[in-house]
This record gives sequence, C-alpha cells and structure tokens, in this order.
Amino acid sequence: MKISNLLNIKTPRSPIQKTGVNSLGIRNAKWLSFPYILWMAGFIIIPLIVILYYGMTTNDNNLTMDNIATILNPINLRALRLALELSIISTVICLLLAYPLALILDKSKMKSNSFIVMIIILPMWMNFLLRTIAWQNILERTGIINTVLKFFKLPMLNIINTPSAIILGMVYNFLPFMVLPIYNVLIKIDKDIVNAARDLGANSRQTFLKIILPLSLPGVISGITMVFVPSLTTFVISNILGGSKIVLIGNVIEQQFRIGNWHTGSGLSLVLMIFILISMAILSKYDKESEGSNLW
Amino acid sequence: MRKYIGISVILILMALLAGCSKKDGEKVYVYNWGEYIDEETIKLFEKETGITVVYEEFEQNEDMYPKVQSGAVSYDVVCPSDYMIQKMIENDLLYEPNFDNIPNIKYIDKSYLESAEEYDPGNKYSVPYCWGTLGILYNTTMVDETIDSWGVLFDEKYSGEILMIDSVRDAFAIALQYLGYDLNSTNETELEEAKALLQKQYPLVQAYVVDQVRDKMIGGEAAIGVIYSGEAIYTSRENPDLEYVVPKEGSNVWIDGWVIPKNSKNKENAEAFINFMSKPEIALMNFDYITYSTPNSGAWELIEDEEIKNSPVAFPPQDVLDRCTAFRYLGEEMEATYIQKWNEVKGE
Repeated sequence: MKISNLLNIKTPRSPIQKTGVNSLGIRNAKWLSFPYILWMAGFIIIPLIVILYYGMTTNDNNLTMDNIATILNPINLRALRLALELSIISTVICLLLAYPLALILDKSKMKSNSFIVMIIILPMWMNFLLRTIAWQNILERTGIINTVLKFFKLPMLNIINTPSAIILGMVYNFLPFMVLPIYNVLIKIDKDIVNAARDLGANSRQTFLKIILPLSLPGVISGITMVFVPSLTTFVISNILGGSKIVLIGNVIEQQFRIGNWHTGSGLSLVLMIFILISMAILSKYDKESEGSNLW
Repeated sequence: MRKYIGISVILILMALLAGCSKKDGEKVYVYNWGEYIDEETIKLFEKETGITVVYEEFEQNEDMYPKVQSGAVSYDVVCPSDYMIQKMIENDLLYEPNFDNIPNIKYIDKSYLESAEEYDPGNKYSVPYCWGTLGILYNTTMVDETIDSWGVLFDEKYSGEILMIDSVRDAFAIALQYLGYDLNSTNETELEEAKALLQKQYPLVQAYVVDQVRDKMIGGEAAIGVIYSGEAIYTSRENPDLEYVVPKEGSNVWIDGWVIPKNSKNKENAEAFINFMSKPEIALMNFDYITYSTPNSGAWELIEDEEIKNSPVAFPPQDVLDRCTAFRYLGEEMEATYIQKWNEVKGE
C-alpha cells in the first residue's frame, strides 16, 4: 500500500501537473522531494537496517537466528497472542464506533460538521501520555468514576489493571485515526452516484451495501491500519492502564531494550514487523479490489 | 556558490565544536538519577569552583550502563547503585579517583564505607551518596494487624490491595528472604521456589509499580505497597496514615555512590564535584530535598529536626541494618535467568 493511500491524500491530477510544470512555474520539481527522501533515509530506512542488523547478530557480531527464535518462548508467544487479541478487538470497536459517526457527519449538512470534527481532533492537542495517565486516575478505585458511584451507593467499576482497561485506552487514543479517514472518503463520494442508485430503484440498504460501503473501503482500510498497528505495538497503554500486570509483546520488547539487550529486542521487533506487513498486505489486497470503482 | 556556503557552514560548525572541547577544562559532566539532587547545590558548586556542571539524569541503572559503556558521551561523575558499581568495576569501566582530592570522604560514616566494601572492596572506586532500605508501606486505616513480615504480600486476605514492586531483583529479594534464603541466591531450586511464590502472588497483586507506588499509596488506592525508604519519609508527610516497616525476615539495603568512569575527560573536576557533594552542609541540603538517607555523618549532626534525626525510617537502628543485605552483581548469565523467571511470573 502506498503511503498516500494510508493518509488519504490522493489529489486529482490537474492538467498542469501532467506537463511537468507546477504552479511555481518550475520545470521538473523533483528536487522538492529531496528533503523528504533525506528524512526517510535518515529516520526510516537506516534505523530499519540497524534493527535488522541487531536482530540477526549476537554480541560478538556473529550471524544468528536465535533472537528471532525467542518469539517461540511460551511467554513471548502468549504476549504476542494477547497483543493480537486486544488490538483486533480495539480495531473492531473503533470501526463500529467510527463508521456510523462518519456517516452521520456526512449526512448532516449542517455547518456544525467542522465543529464536530474539531471536537474529535481536540483531545489530540494534549499529549497522549497525559491522557492515558488521566484515564488511570478516572478508572482507579479511588478515581473519579468510582467516587461518584460510591456516593450514589452503586456497585464499583473494577476494570483498572484488566485487559478491558487496556482496550478502553486503545479505543480512546486511536479512535480519531479511524473516524477521520472514513469521514474524508465519505464526504468525497459524488452524491450523484447515490442519487442515481436511488433513481434506479435501489432501497437505502442496497444503496449503502452496493454503493457507499464499497466506495468508502479505502478510508476504512487506512483507518484499520492506523488503529491496528499502534495498538499491536503499544507498551505505554498496557503499562499504565494494565498496572504492568498484563504483558503485551510491546512490553516484552521494551523490557529487552531497557535492560540493554538490543539483539533480542530487535529480533522480536522483526517478528512484530512481519505481522504488521502481513496485515497490510491483506488490507491492500482489498484496497486494490475496490480500486476499480475508485472515486478519484 | 552554494557549495561554498555549505563548506563554510561545516567549517564554522567544526570551529565551534573545537571551541567547545577547548573549554572542556572548566566543565564536569554529571549523570545522576532523576530528581536525586537539590539543584541549588549545583549552583553553589559552580559559584565556588568556576566549573560549569552539565547535568543529565537517568531512570534506572540499566539505562545508564550501556551509555557509559559505549562511551557515546564521556561522563565525569555517575551515581549508580551498589551492584551496578560492582558490575562496572568488574568490566573495567571505572577510574580509581585520587582520594587526596576528596578529603571530605572523612565525613562519610565508617559503617557505610564498610558496607560499601561488599561491592567496592577497599573503597577504591566509589563514594557513597545516598542509601536506604526496601520495605513495606501500609495504610494503618486499611490494615488491622501489626505488619512486620513480607508474608502480608502473599496473604490472600489482601487480594487486590497489594502494590508489588516492578523490579526484578527487588521482587526476587522479597520472595527469597520470605523463604529464608539469601537475596543474592544463584541456587536454581531456591530461585524456582521464589518464582513459584511470586506466581502464587500474581492474582493478589493490584498492580506492579515502581515510581507510582508513592502517589497510589498517598491516594489510598491500596493497603500495602513495596517502597524504598527514601520515598517513605515523603509519603508519610503527605498522608500520616502511612507507615513504613522493614520486615523481620530482612531486606535489601542499597547504597548509591559517586564514581568516575574511565573515559572521563575531566577527572580532577569530577573529584572536586564528589568532594563538594560530600561536604556536610551540601549533603544536608540534598537530604532535605530528596529525603533519601545520607551516609554523611557530618550532615546528620547538622539535622535540626530531632524527629527526622532519630527517624527509624531515615536512619534505622543497627538491629534493622543487621538483617539487611546489599545486592551483589551476579553476572550476565544469572541476570538473564532472573529476568526469564520474572517474565514467567508476569506472563501468567
């Protein structure tokens, strides 16, 4: 999948671009991409090579597969399975919450749309770590929710330090990354196509299933990627909201780096990268299928 | 033309860097634990000696070690804990300071220097800075018995009320000592037993924490927590219901000390810094600020508040210290064994 797909920044090709002259009037503006290529090489490609190097060598610089094989350790396997489980659940919840919301936002022609979108983005103005620590304070036994429940003599909510709290943290933190791409795709669907479907006798269910849903798939797919990948690799959320009792694969990797064992940490990171690549490959397959009906 | 600009920029940068290294003679690079000094003392040091302090912080011994080892930054003064100092000595990373330049070591109490011999034989490499014990902090309003044993941490009665320490060596020290073994044990069966005990404890634990234990206990989030003695003075100040105890089975006593890495470029400035920090008035300022016990008897003499001066938490009586043991570095292989077993506990 191309990065432009991920971020949904497909722009229509203007005739000017085809001639290779952009609005600045500069012929062949390829050099404009130079800063990004430099950035990519320095902060993406080279670190990846370093991880690959560490992941496949020992302390004495001998080639080995042992670091990668540590994933077969039952504890690490368990951590990986748990991480996969929790991140899939969070992704599904995010999708179930975000899709209807994006639809409603798209349907309502009110001016308040941009306001609601801003509300969704607003929490991201505050640091991710602080928001997660805030959730800890909210969910704690002496936290805000339980203090209120206690006051009304209602049963206490005991989800802090359980997988549920981690899922809550993931959904809360990553939901905007699901809403925005879906919303962006939905608003760009040509309303004439929807009207045509209705004219030709499709009921609203058919219109949704045969027109809107397929056309919005690119947004759904970038949303899924942007929620699933950070959920799978997180260690902060599980640490803060799981009370370090629940060990995800991200925590295992973080611990390896913290104790200075870069080789094992990198080896496990490589395994995780394989899972991410697999998920992206599956998603991009669906993405291609929907490309025939692309709206741009 | 552009090429020349690029080259001249590089030249200017190099000149600047060269300038920096020339000025290094008046600098000292200090690498200490986070929130582990009264910054006022640094200013006083700069004023008195004219040496500029470049101060950096680390969170764990394990974070510090690779940075010093790789020599990416050449620090002049570092403040690791006992077993880490031993590891650094064994791996030939430390410089033997000239103690003629650190006359204030005379203020460090003999008994602490003796304990320090455990990890630094002959006191050749390190000068103790802070010390403390590991113990249980409990909320008297939530517990209705006298707490004096690690046993409460394994008692089902307190299920969900326990904050266990999230640190490999400390956690195993607790289990090993409760079982009556040495906390530096390398015996496989003893470690397995300790692991089994910690596994049994897992469902009772509310959360595994290190720094957070302070705020959680103050807020009344749990009845029992494992904490370092230095934090206990702070917590009881904030919440008078909290009491600290060193269990009867014994515990860990730790010492953090100043050392000079071998690759330091300003060894004399480093010695001056260590000497300054060992001054009684300065050690007292640091003690007041960070509340971790000071091994500096000169500073102890100067403490005005009798309650603190005789506090059994900050300065435990000899019989408490007698049942405490310091950590020893157990070698790389044993370290890995401990971590593997700890992961088995938490991977439950």
